Amino acid sequence: MTRSVTELRVTAEDRRVAWLATAAVGLSLVDAAIPSPLPGVKPGLANIVTLVVLLRYGWGTAVWVSVLRVLAGSLLLGYFLAPGFFLSLTGTTLSLLTLGLARHLPGRWFGPVSLSIFAAFAHIGGQLLLARLWLIPHDGVFLLTPVFAGAALVFGTINGLIAAKLLADSPATDPPR
Amino acid sequence: MRWLALLRPGDWLTMLISAALVGLSIPIFWQGGMADRAIVRQEGRVFAEIDLKARKQIEVPGPLGTTLIAVEPGRARVVSDPGPRQYCVKQGWLMRPGEIAICAPNRVSLQITGRTRVYDSISY
Repeated sequence: MTRSVTELRVTAEDRRVAWLATAAVGLSLVDAAIPSPLPGVKPGLANIVTLVVLLRYGWGTAVWVSVLRVLAGSLLLGYFLAPGFFLSLTGTTLSLLTLGLARHLPGRWFGPVSLSIFAAFAHIGGQLLLARLWLIPHDGVFLLTPVFAGAALVFGTINGLIAAKLLADSPATDPPR
Repeated sequence: MRWLALLRPGDWLTMLISAALVGLSIPIFWQGGMADRAIVRQEGRVFAEIDLKARKQIEVPGPLGTTLIAVEPGRARVVSDPGPRQYCVKQGWLMRPGEIAICAPNRVSLQITGRTRVYDSISY
């Protein structure tokens, strides 16, 4: 076998991102398997991974894990580059930006639950805006806002609690960066 | 470990404010101008415009017979229609602005309007 010209060095950080992204993709699949009464209302279990990663390894790693999750998840579920993919990407981008700001809140007062709720609202907000601007250019889209916002609050709280529990149960092995 | 112990003081605040915002969003997004008038058309011409305030029934003559329309405070419906498939009757009560029931065979339509103009392409 000829040696490859370009040598890719896999760092410990790369491996960690890959493992975490795998966990997130797995949860995305579980998410997709849960029947939902309304398209758009989903538990968003993969966000638990994003939260844990954000609080343990920092924002950069969280971005990597989320983007890989959206890409791989859409490929596995067969909606890569379909409208659902862009909705997913927009929601994830906005919630990552929100998390980037919200993680500077004093940690003594605001825990994973707050972050999770903010992220959930940003997620659905981004999706609604994209849907309004691109998919359904009519204000009728916003009729469902109360339902989506309510779901974001409920699932955001639950995911935040799960993330908080995971963080509390498994103390950091590596120093956060 | 108790779940409540995972919540920090600010989390309660976040949850309260978010719940309040969700509550506030309901009247903002679901009001859409209250339904306040019903427009009945026959052959495309306005046959009657009724305020959705009082209880009332009107009979609209068409090529097949009479379509009976009932109005109640805040809503209206087609009670009976001579058409074969009864789609407009099965639609039941219309109560949001922009909703419309069309009895095509008898050429009668019943549309709800509010104070704000709504397009009919989305509100079906």
